[in-house]
Amino acid sequence: MKLIPDLIKKITDNEIWKSVFRHGYTDTPRNRVLQIISNVWLHLHPAKVREHGTKIRFTWCMGGITFFIFLFETITGILLMFYYVPDVNRAYADMVDLMYVVPFGRFLRNSHRWGAHAMVITVSIHMLRVFLTGSYKPPRQFNWVLGVILLVLTLLLSFTGYLLPWDQLGYWAITVGTNMARATPLLGHEGPFAYILGMRADNDIRFALLGGTTIGAPALLRAYVWHCIAIPVIASGLMMMHFWRVRKDGGISGPL
Amino acid sequence: MEVRAESKGLVEFKDDRVFTWPTLVAKEFLAAIFVTVGLLFYSYVVDAPLRELSNPGQAENPAKAPWYFLGLQEALVYFDPWFAGVALPSLIIVGLILIPYLDINPKGNGYYTFKERKFAVSVFVLGYIYWYVLVYIGTALRGPFWAFFWPWEKWTHDFPTPPPLHSMPLPLGIILMMGFYFAGLVLPAMINRDFFNKLGIVRYVLTMGLLLTMIGTVIKMVLRLSFSIKYIIATPWINI
Ligand code: HEM
Repeated sequence: MKLIPDLIKKITDNEIWKSVFRHGYTDTPRNRVLQIISNVWLHLHPAKVREHGTKIRFTWCMGGITFFIFLFETITGILLMFYYVPDVNRAYADMVDLMYVVPFGRFLRNSHRWGAHAMVITVSIHMLRVFLTGSYKPPRQFNWVLGVILLVLTLLLSFTGYLLPWDQLGYWAITVGTNMARATPLLGHEGPFAYILGMRADNDIRFALLGGTTIGAPALLRAYVWHCIAIPVIASGLMMMHFWRVRKDGGISGPL
Repeated sequence: MEVRAESKGLVEFKDDRVFTWPTLVAKEFLAAIFVTVGLLFYSYVVDAPLRELSNPGQAENPAKAPWYFLGLQEALVYFDPWFAGVALPSLIIVGLILIPYLDINPKGNGYYTFKERKFAVSVFVLGYIYWYVLVYIGTALRGPFWAFFWPWEKWTHDFPTPPPLHSMPLPLGIILMMGFYFAGLVLPAMINRDFFNKLGIVRYVLTMGLLLTMIGTVIKMVLRLSFSIKYIIATPWINI
């Protein structure tokens, strides 16, 4: 039975393989380190971490899972973009097509939808755990601030996506949500003290958000662009900062 | 000085670090698989909602924001939109951002403890629960016209007309409101001087101001539900 070892040797002991994988996988401390630092994705991690930081009972793994769901949403979201056009005459029909015509379309849409809800839940649990371990205390104050912004962005991501199906549920949910903007003090035309700045329905902050006085074609396009491009880009940038700071602030917090 | 230097033994350096690969990476990998399987399974079994084509002429009743905003929508019952929809969420965000700068208790950094930070943990956890209780009420217990229904009740369109609401007389309202914040700021500082001194005046006022506002929203709800108070302060410009 030398077949398999021989085969493995054939596959791995040549120039092509070695140009991709720079080190072997004999379980040595050296290879464990190389495994992390020679991989562009894994070197997000330090080669060694304090033991409690690897414990699920400490981090609940919620930050990592939130990030993972973000990636999951990116992939399912890109696939959905192949089938969806943010045009008021088409959007709803595209949804119906996804549900009934596109192969695995329903499955795809469901995954994206439930993933979005899951991400809101996991990010809020992550915040709870960070609070309970006091991990926002020095030197990690600023990473908490970044986190709060990420929390808001997560909610906005989900919120802007809600309008896209262009069905009654999304339409009225976004109506209720954006109606709040007209009550903004000073800046919304029904808000307190709006007369000082001369706010009307067609020049206040809600108008700026929707690109109109009601939710119509411009609002759908705006929701789409924010949802698929602007917020994901901003959130990705902030996540990079967030992870960078976890390491620069001394790795996962822990008892001294 | 020699004596001190001698008595100071070597500091023992405790290295509790482990290899990230495989200890941590394996767990992350497993977590990713579980989450994927869970999401895919759920997506296979439960369909995402899709209602009729949007129709600006025919409002949904009840029209609800996405569930994570229903706590704020629920607050709309008790407050004007400028407060429930704008000021309150802004205060929550600002309050969250301020937490690391307000909580200067050095203990409990990096481990779970309730004993060493009773105040911080209680306030945060209660606030967290409060948020989700409102979300739950808004999601599950509010039917047509945002009327209240217990889980076992059927949503109907004929429910008893809610009692008429009335506002407090303006002077009384202003006195109560000022009294509330004044007492809330002064009494704890007098009773627990230590707490006040540790925080210093700025942190103390911000901490208590935010906390009192959170408590204030509960008080307003109680006033509304038990005494049909519409506004505590009603003016032509702004109502609270
Ligand atoms: C999109 C949202 C977010 C992502 C993807 C994310 C991801 C992560 C990850 C992967 C970690 C490493 C430790 C762990 O998994 O628990 C972490 C740590 C941390 N996060 Fe987040 N996070 C997010 C939102 C937040 C929020 C909302 C807060 C707080 C308001 C926050 C505050 C922190 C802090 C302070 C740490 C350091 C914790 C420590 O050292 O123990 N993050 N985050």
